[in-house]
Amino acid sequence: MPERRTILPLRTGLLFLAPAAIFVVAFIVLPFFWVAVVSFTNRSLTGPGALHPHFVGLTNYLQLFAPRTFLQPGQFGSSLLITGQFVLFSALIGQAVLGLVLAWLFYRRESWVKQTVQTLAIVAWIIPDVVVAFAWSAFLDYGQGTLNHILTGLGLPRVDWLLGVPMLSIILFNTWRGTAFSMLLFSSALGSIPPSHLETADVTGANAWQKLRDIILPLIRTHIVTDLILITLWTFNTFTPFLITGGGPAFRTEVVSILTYRIAFKYFNFGSGSAIGMIMMLINLAFALVYLSLLRRREATR
Amino acid sequence: MSVHPKKLLLALGALVAFAIPAFAQTALTITCRCVAGGVNDAEVQWLQNYVIPNFEKAMADKGTPVKVTLNQFGGSDEALKQQYALDLSVKKGYDVMAFDGFWIPEFASGGLLKPLETVAGSAVTNWDGWSHISQGIQDIMAYDGQRYGIANGTDVRMIFYRKDIFQEAGVPNADSWQPTSWQDIVNTAEMIKKALPNSYPLQIDAGTNMGEATTLQGYYMLILGTGEQPFMNGKWVIRSQGILDTLNFYKKIYVDTKLGDQRVQLVKDGRNQSFANFRDGITSMLVESDWFYRSVTKPGSEFAVKNRDQVMGWAKMPAEKPGMGIRGQDFVTASGGTGWVLNPNTAHPAEAWDLLAFMNSKAARDDFETYQPTISARDDVPVPNNPFLTTTAKILLPLTVSRPNNDAYAKVSEQIQLMTENVVSGQMSPQQAMDAYAAAVTQIVGVQNTVDLLKSASN
Amino acid sequence: MRLLRLVLTRATFYAAAAIFAALFAIPLVWLLFAPFDARANLAVRLPHPFTLANFGKVFANAFAVRALFQNSIIQAGGAMLLVTLLATLAAYALSRSPIRGKDLLSYGLVLFSSIVTGTAAMVPLFLLIYSLGLIDTQLGVILVFTGGLLPAAIFIMRDFVDSIPRSYEESALVAGASAWGMFKDIALPIVRPGMMVVAVWTFVNVWGGFFVPFILLRSPSNMPASVAIYSFYTEGGTPIITLTTAYSLLYTLPVLALYLFVNWRYGFRFFGGIKS
Repeated sequence: MPERRTILPLRTGLLFLAPAAIFVVAFIVLPFFWVAVVSFTNRSLTGPGALHPHFVGLTNYLQLFAPRTFLQPGQFGSSLLITGQFVLFSALIGQAVLGLVLAWLFYRRESWVKQTVQTLAIVAWIIPDVVVAFAWSAFLDYGQGTLNHILTGLGLPRVDWLLGVPMLSIILFNTWRGTAFSMLLFSSALGSIPPSHLETADVTGANAWQKLRDIILPLIRTHIVTDLILITLWTFNTFTPFLITGGGPAFRTEVVSILTYRIAFKYFNFGSGSAIGMIMMLINLAFALVYLSLLRRREATR
Repeated sequence: MSVHPKKLLLALGALVAFAIPAFAQTALTITCRCVAGGVNDAEVQWLQNYVIPNFEKAMADKGTPVKVTLNQFGGSDEALKQQYALDLSVKKGYDVMAFDGFWIPEFASGGLLKPLETVAGSAVTNWDGWSHISQGIQDIMAYDGQRYGIANGTDVRMIFYRKDIFQEAGVPNADSWQPTSWQDIVNTAEMIKKALPNSYPLQIDAGTNMGEATTLQGYYMLILGTGEQPFMNGKWVIRSQGILDTLNFYKKIYVDTKLGDQRVQLVKDGRNQSFANFRDGITSMLVESDWFYRSVTKPGSEFAVKNRDQVMGWAKMPAEKPGMGIRGQDFVTASGGTGWVLNPNTAHPAEAWDLLAFMNSKAARDDFETYQPTISARDDVPVPNNPFLTTTAKILLPLTVSRPNNDAYAKVSEQIQLMTENVVSGQMSPQQAMDAYAAAVTQIVGVQNTVDLLKSASN
Repeated sequence: MRLLRLVLTRATFYAAAAIFAALFAIPLVWLLFAPFDARANLAVRLPHPFTLANFGKVFANAFAVRALFQNSIIQAGGAMLLVTLLATLAAYALSRSPIRGKDLLSYGLVLFSSIVTGTAAMVPLFLLIYSLGLIDTQLGVILVFTGGLLPAAIFIMRDFVDSIPRSYEESALVAGASAWGMFKDIALPIVRPGMMVVAVWTFVNVWGGFFVPFILLRSPSNMPASVAIYSFYTEGGTPIITLTTAYSLLYTLPVLALYLFVNWRYGFRFFGGIKS
């Protein structure tokens, strides 16, 4: 990066940053350290652990990873696998791919069709959680739900969405819910591509897929990485599936955020709940680093 | 449901009281999971129409005027418990709080609640009401030999059944059905399933979504019939024939024979669906507490059963086989109860106790019976004109068992729910589910507090 | 031949658009009909008999009305103003001043914030708000949301600020403009669409948030709509479909209106696409 003239001197910059920094320190950094410290204690809200919490070393972590129970339903390992599937299929494949498809479909087209489809996607993204939960409970209901209504109308058998294929249900749900963000991000990324890049391709007669693969995707690579980082983080931590399945049946949709809730807020076991929070942060960090290093490597080979 | 401006003012009063109790000299706050026109409406009506005006008048007459504010909490029991725990952990909260008895050990051992005598002194010890509440019922709100609150009353559990469906399916003695073994129940259920193939005749709560109902209405009602309890002789039973028999019964009903509706045990809103199934006759036998009679199926309510007094009957829950139940009983039942506790952090312990004592006076409890008949904690408060409650209380209370007064109970209970869910979902065999339960309970209470009855039997 | 191809392309485009529109719309159809249906259940059907009575009942519940039209608006609006303002200032500082490791900082904060806004950190947040004496106040809710949403808001906002050509400010600097002047007169007008995106995003997040108000508030008079909706449950604790859906619809309209307004007035889009 060439040396550029400083527009804001450091001190003024820090001054501008200060109000946000105060909030971040108070409401993010402090709680973070609380979680970090408590993860090494047996602190709880009720029971003896509330009266006399003490340090227990790595016990909470070791219990989470206890090989005997690790992969049993309702345990941390099983929940991690579920979360992994959930992130992979609903965020990385569902939201990102569908978002890209929608952005690409309406690329360089301004019309009421685009406005309508994008607005519908955004509505799915902005309506409140509890409302969405009502809507989807009715949508997926076995006996009366809209989706089964459509299926039987098409002569297909009904599907027991919430009990038979609960993972698929929350994956469909989260894709529906969150695609708008990726769509918006990719739309504006596409919008920032100089038209001349594509005109050359038009002249050489490249088809749409070739244009997407050879020109567009490389150009918006950084946006893709940013999108993947953000939606991965968000999906890892989203609690909304709880409103639809409650984590069930039999823990089959208990993603880590729901497990944390159960341990920290139903059992009031803060030590263990905090340990999960810490591990999740490390996993998120690992993901972010992998994405960023992929980006760097691609840049280096160009 | 409408909220008057006055109510908003009252709520504002609650806010002030919560934030700066030091200035609100004789303002008392009380809360329950109750909403006018919504959940536990009877409690709201009773508090607002009887308790608060009469208590305020009595206190004014004594020259110590108070202002009582009711805070209606509309969320779930679980959510209320979370708020209580958070508030009490920072020494805040309402002066008088509705409490489920089985939360007491957990809160008391965590130092969040203090014994009534510690909070309000000798006035508690000298209260004349204690002599009208049996030790067993006092224990509902007690821990480690200390009283933390006063129970409203207690309840008993039984099988509710649909006489009309029984008749339709040709079950003999539909009007006075009384099974004497688990096999009897299964036979009846099979008969009904045969006549009505689309029905799920039997409902015994299972799974985590039903919460404590699974433990008390489901698991307890079965395990007591094997002669066991989860907590025996000071130890938690982690493996036993009784546990296996119980889990096998669950498996038979929900996995092998589909005599029960497996979906209902597993979906998020299953308990209400089970009520709807009973209302609609899809389910014709359902194990529940008397609350099912006095509130759930009450005429006019969502799950009201049409012509209830003609079509709905009840039977005692049999032991696995006659004589095999707890204490050698032929029939079993379990009891819990709710009540009210004092906040140890109250700024006005004397007045708060006065309110609690007033709420549990004979006159106040008599008045509550006019809103909702219930088995009162006080032996001098009869159930008015309610043969059902009078009879069930008389027959079942002598047979009943309460949950252990142990601070680990709430956590073990969650593991019980989990164990049943593992079985009824079909994802574990009873043996596997019991092994997972054993591991989890051992982790919670420590190996020295557990006992493996299968091991000691084979040794 | 070319005409045929054009027609086919157009047809494919419209078909694809229609399918996507349906995918997003169908799960919401029930929500649109049920509030007007006197006997609504979980099945989708045209309201029959059609009624507005459900809304009447909802409006008769003063607690829920106040939650929606006062408390939710105070909380979401308050956090929206704070987040938008602070994030813009911070993004400007991160973009324009020689603060070291600022990219790392942006990422690190988003990472932190994702765990802190999860359930694990609700307890420290409760304790923090308690020690500030702000339990059961709308301000407490606003502060916690602001802290939690700021990192991602700064992240989104930086994209907009980074895309302002530096030459604007460089020439202003030559003309002797102050830092605040440059921010106010040059940066702000250009990044306004970005502020709108952040504002809508913040509003939407607070508007729908259940956990934070549930943990921090106690008095019915302070509760937002996300909590108040539970007052439309039966005595047995099940949702009354006609009333919960009617309330849901009312509860959704403000965010929808806000989005439509911002989209119409400023265009709801990320600027150059967030860059890493």
